[in-house]
Parts: sequence; structure tokens; C-alpha cells
Amino acid sequence: MSAALLIFFVLAGLAVLGAVALILQSHPIHSALSLILVMLSLAGLYLLMGAEFVAAVQIIVYGGAVMVLFVFVIMLLNAGEEERTNFSKLATFAGVPLALALGGVIAAAIARSSGHLPAPAANGALTPTRELSKLLFSEFVYPFELTSFLILVAIIGAIVLAQREN
Amino acid sequence: MVPTNYYLILSAILFGLGVLAFVFKRNIITIFMAIELMLNAVNLAFVAFSQALGKTDGEVFVLFVIVVAAAEAAVGLGIIILTARNRRSLNVERVDLLKL
Repeated sequence: MSAALLIFFVLAGLAVLGAVALILQSHPIHSALSLILVMLSLAGLYLLMGAEFVAAVQIIVYGGAVMVLFVFVIMLLNAGEEERTNFSKLATFAGVPLALALGGVIAAAIARSSGHLPAPAANGALTPTRELSKLLFSEFVYPFELTSFLILVAIIGAIVLAQREN
Repeated sequence: MVPTNYYLILSAILFGLGVLAFVFKRNIITIFMAIELMLNAVNLAFVAFSQALGKTDGEVFVLFVIVVAAAEAAVGLGIIILTARNRRSLNVERVDLLKL
């Protein structure tokens, strides 16, 4: 087993472990910490694939900004243990198997179509950030400008929603 | 060398777990985290395809997804604060104004 494969399995195991812990924990702050584990291991996987800029953005934006926002809101609302309500029978007997089946079907479909995918061309080589920025500011410049508008709308929306009405 | 399929299968597993958390959890904040988990799973598939096909387009899309997720988190958490203030509870079963 090569070193890259070993690193992949360690990081993939950590990601799945974090996702399972997210479901099993009953306190929201524990779920948030599990999600941070998932995001950090995904950043490691991006680095393993050679997407260095995406890995950095993943840690800064997801692991940093978004999760801090989540933790702040959990503390602000003083969220306690999740209260147990009686599940509807339909959710227990149909919902959970269906959700598991969805993941299984997608994974099986991918596993079966192994022949159609080209092998990773430049595995281990880093994607130059210069190439990424060139693409971002030439071919995708209109979507890029639209995202700045989206963020402006989100800022105004968040302020309007969170202010006290009187 | 890690085959691209491994990344895609991991992405599918994470997405399935995200769906499971979405239907299973009762806390509105945790449900929101499940959505973030699903977005992360999709990002992993994007980067894997981008590396497999030798094109950078997929990574640009990941950046867009991250921007949309950040905007969604800001607005969504604003809505959660408003709901929690009005309902005095974070349980989604209590938010049943549209229920017959």
C-alpha cells in the first residue's frame, strides 16, 4: 500500500467518523466540533489531490468563518441537549432505510462505473493557483461578480433578519 | 496514487450520512449543519472530477459553492435566531404553523 493510499484511508476514516459523530451526538456544540473534524479531513484530502488553494479556502472559510458563526449562534441561543420527541413511525421504518439506501445506491453506481473514469492524470502535482485565478477572472468572471452581489444581499438579509423589531 | 473512484465513493457516503442527519435530527441548528455536510460531500466530488479530468473548472465551481454556502449560513442562522426568539425552542417539531 502506497503512502498516498494510507493517508487517504486515514483521512477518509476521520471524515466518516466525524459525520457519524455528528448524527450520534445529542448536544449541538458536539455536533459542530464533529463537523469541524470532517471539514479539516476534507481539507487534507484536497491537499492530497493537489488542490492547494481549495484546501486553504476550505480551512479558512469553512473551518474558520462558517463554523465560528455556527458556534456563536449555538452559544447565543444557549442551545442545550436535543430533546427527544416521539418519532413518527413512518420516519423510523421508512425514512432511515431510504436515506441509507440513497447513499448506498450512489456509491454502488460509482463503484460499477469504474471503467469509464480516466485515471488521475497528475496525481501528486499541485494545481497552480495562478491557473485557477486566470480561469476565475476570464471565463468565469460574470459568475464571480454575481457572487459578490450575492454576498451583499446575504449581508443585508442577515442584518434585517437578526435585528430586534420594535 | 489514489483512484478517483475512492474519492467519489467517500463523497457518496458523506452525502448519505448528511441526508440521514437531516431527517434524523430534531435540533434546527444541527439540521443546518447536515446541509453543510452535504455541500462538503459535493465539493469533494467536484475536486475529484477536476483532478481526474485534468481541468481546473471543477475547483472554480468549488469556490462558488463555498461562497454560496457562506451566504446561506449567514441568512439561515439569522432565520434560526428569529425562529428561536419567537418560538422559544430550537426543536423543529415546534415550528408547525403551516401544519393542518
